[in-house]
Amino acid sequence: MKAQTKFLIGGALILGTVGYLMATGIKETGVYYLTPAELAQKVRQDRSIYDVGIKIGAKVVKGSVTRDVASQTISFRVSDGISSYPVVYHGLAPDTFTDEADVVVEGRLQHDGTFRATTLLAKCGSRYENAPTRSA
Amino acid sequence: MTADLGNIALWIALLIGVWGSITAFAGGWRGQRELAASGERSVFVLWGLLFVASCALMRALLTHDFSIEYVAAYTSRNLPVYYTWSAFYAGQKGSLLFWSIVVSTWGSLALFFNRGKYRELTPYVAGVVCVVVTFFVAVMVFAANPFHRLGFIPADGSGLNPQLQNPGMTIHPPMLYLGYTSITIPFAFAVGALMSGRLDTGWIHAIRRWTLLSWLFLSCGIVLGMWWAYVELGWGGYWAWDPVENASLLPWLTMTAFLHSVMIQEKRGMLKKWNLGLVVGSFLLSIFGTFITRSGVIASVHSFAQSNVGWFFLIFLVVAALGGFSLLAWRWPRLEADAKLESMVSREAAFLFNNLIFIVIAFSVLWGTLFPILSEWVRGTKVTVGPPFFNQVNIPLGLLLLALTGIGPLIAWRRASTANLRRQFLVPTGAMLLTALALAAVRMSDVWSLIAFSLGAFVVATVVQEFVRGSGARHRLHGESYPVALFHLIGRNRRRYGGYIVHLGIVMLFAGFAGLAFKSDTETTLKPGQSVDVRSPYGHTYHFVHQGLSQYDALNRQITAATMDVYRDGKYLGVMKSEKRQHVDALGRFTFEPSTEVAIRSDLREDVYVVFAGAVAGTEEAVYRITLNPLVWWVWYGGMVLALGGLIAMWPGEALTSSRRRAEQAGYVARVTSQ
Repeated sequence: MKAQTKFLIGGALILGTVGYLMATGIKETGVYYLTPAELAQKVRQDRSIYDVGIKIGAKVVKGSVTRDVASQTISFRVSDGISSYPVVYHGLAPDTFTDEADVVVEGRLQHDGTFRATTLLAKCGSRYENAPTRSA
Repeated sequence: MTADLGNIALWIALLIGVWGSITAFAGGWRGQRELAASGERSVFVLWGLLFVASCALMRALLTHDFSIEYVAAYTSRNLPVYYTWSAFYAGQKGSLLFWSIVVSTWGSLALFFNRGKYRELTPYVAGVVCVVVTFFVAVMVFAANPFHRLGFIPADGSGLNPQLQNPGMTIHPPMLYLGYTSITIPFAFAVGALMSGRLDTGWIHAIRRWTLLSWLFLSCGIVLGMWWAYVELGWGGYWAWDPVENASLLPWLTMTAFLHSVMIQEKRGMLKKWNLGLVVGSFLLSIFGTFITRSGVIASVHSFAQSNVGWFFLIFLVVAALGGFSLLAWRWPRLEADAKLESMVSREAAFLFNNLIFIVIAFSVLWGTLFPILSEWVRGTKVTVGPPFFNQVNIPLGLLLLALTGIGPLIAWRRASTANLRRQFLVPTGAMLLTALALAAVRMSDVWSLIAFSLGAFVVATVVQEFVRGSGARHRLHGESYPVALFHLIGRNRRRYGGYIVHLGIVMLFAGFAGLAFKSDTETTLKPGQSVDVRSPYGHTYHFVHQGLSQYDALNRQITAATMDVYRDGKYLGVMKSEKRQHVDALGRFTFEPSTEVAIRSDLREDVYVVFAGAVAGTEEAVYRITLNPLVWWVWYGGMVLALGGLIAMWPGEALTSSRRRAEQAGYVARVTSQ
C-alpha cells in the first residue's frame, strides 16, 4: 500500500473518532440556552424539559435576592420582562452578582417551578467600563 | 486641542491609507516601480500619523482631559499612573487605535528590514498593510472615535474596572494584540507571493521570523491571560473554554501547525497549498477573534463593550476570506508538490499527523464556540456546550499531539530505518514506561493524567537525548567542554534547539493541565478562632485557622481583609490574607461592584488558593472558599520556558554563520549515520 493511502486511512480514523467524540459531546453535555419566556414556552410544549440541562440568561429582579450566608444559599428571581423564575443557588456568588445584573444560571428546572442552579455567572452590569455620562 | 490633533491625524491617515492601498497594488501589478514605491512610503507615513494620534490620546489620558468621552469613561483622577497608561487599550476605541499603530509598526519594520529584497513581493506587502490599517482607521473615524467629545466636562472620570487594575492585565492585552496584529505580515507576504506568482520558498524565508514572533506574542498573551484569570477573578481556575479565550487559542493553533509544516516545505517542497492556506486561515482567525469579542454575537463572561463595530469586522472578515482563498484557488495549479510522502514511518508523516491534529483541535474549538449560533440557525433553539465538551474532544487529541511532540524530532526524514528507530526510541520509551509504572505503583487515580505524565517523560527524554548527543558530538569534534559544547550547540542551531526547549515548555504545561484532575474545593463559614482541615492529593493535611476581619482605606478603595493562619501537617506555614475591595472615586462615591483579592500560596507541588467570599452581616464570621490546586506553578513556568525557547529560535544573526553551520551539521549527520 502506498504511504499516501496509509496516511489518508490514518487521517480518516482520527477524523472519525473526533467526529464521534464531538457528536456525543454535544448530545451529552449540550445545554439549552433560553430566556425565561422561551423556557415558559418550552415547558408548555415539552414535558421532557425537566430532564435536561438548561442555561437561563436573564436579569436579576431588583430586591429579590436573599442570601443565607451560613448555608451559603442564594435565592433570587430572574426575569426577561415577560416571564420570571425563582432560582436557588448553593455556593459563592461572583463579585459581579448584584440586583439587576445580567446573569446566566445553569442547572435544572424542578417540577415545582423553581430553578436549581449549579453554576451562576454574572456579567459585570456596567461591562468593563462605568456609564460615561453619569454626572453632568 | 489634543482631541483636534488626534482627529486630524486620523483623517489624514485615512486618506493616505486609501492612496497607499491603491498605489501599492497597482504599482506591483503593473510593474511600475515609482507607483509601488509611493505605496510603500505610505506605510511609513501612516505610522507617523498614527504615532501622533497615539501621543494625543496618551496625553489626554495623562492630563485627565475628561472632555474626551474615552478618557472620562476609562480613567479617574485617583487612578495610579501606570493603570492610566493601560487605559489606552482597555476600551474598544483605544484598542482600535492601538491595533492600527501596531499593524503600521509591523508593516514599517517588515518593509525596512526587507528593503532592496523581495522586490516583486514588497508592493503587495505594503498594499495589504495599508488596507488593514485603513480599515481600522475607517472604523475609528466612522464608528468608534477615541477622540469623540462629550458635550460637557465631568468633574471626574468613571475609573478603570478594578478587575483590570492588575499588573497581568497591563501586559496581557497588548501581548495578544501584538500577536494578532503581527500575523498581518505573513499574510501580506502570502498575498504577495500569490499575486506576483513568485511561489518559490522566498516568501517563506521572508516571514520565518515574523511567524515565530506572532506565535511568541500569542503564547505569552494567552499564558498571561490565564495567569490574570487565576489571580484576579477568584474562581480557582485559569481556563474556562470561554469564547473569548477560544478566540485567542484558534490562531495560536493554526500558527503552531504552520511552524511545523513549513519545515516540510523547506526540506521537501511539499505542502505548498496547505502552508498558504494556514497563513491565510490564521489571519482570518485573528480577525474572527476580534469580531466575536466585539460584536457580542456569542454570550461570554468577558463582557466587552458591544457595538455595531463587530459588524464592520464581519464584513472585513468575509472580504479578506474571499480575497485570500480566491487568490489561492487562482494559483492552485502552480502549487504542485515537488515530492511525495514515501513512508508512514518518516518525519514527514509525523508532521502531517501533527498538522492534522492541530487543525482538528482548532475545528472542534471553533465548532463548540459557534455551536450556540449554529444550533439556533438549524434547530431554532440555542444550545451551548461548555468545558465538558471541549475536554472530551481535546484531552485525547492533546495527548496524541504530546506523543507526536516526542516522535517528530526523533524520526528520520523520508523513511526511517529499523536501526534508526531503535537507536532513537529506546531511551525515551523506557523513560515513558518507567514513569507509567511508578505512577501506577503510587495509585494515581486519573488515567488521563497518568498517560499525560508518561508521555511527558517520553518527550523530556527525547529532548535530553538530543542535547546530550549533540553536545557529545561537539565535544568529540571540537574538543569543547560539555557546557561550552551545549552552549554552542544551541547558539549555532537556534531554530532546532530553541524548538526543543519549546517542547520542554509544552510538557510543563501539560503537567500543569494534568494536575487539574486532582483539584479540590472546600467552602466553609468560620468564626474567629474556628478552623478547618483540608486534605491534599499528596496526603498532606492543611489546617486553616480564621483570625478575624479588618477594615481600612487605601488609595482608591475600601478594603475588608480576612486573615487565616495556615499549617501543613502541624507545621506553621504563615498567614494568608484575602480581601474584598470596594473601589471609590475621588469624591468617595462607590464605583463598580466589589472585587475579590485572592490569597495564593504557591510551590512546586501545589497552590493553596483562598478566597474570602464575604462576612456574615455585622460579625467577624467569614465565608471562605479554599482550593487546593496541584501543579499550577508548572503552567506559569512552562509558559516562561516556552517563551525562552521561542526567543532562542527566532533570535537573529544565525544567517551569518549558516554556511559554517551547514558544514557542521553535515559532519554531525555523517557521524550519526556512521555509528
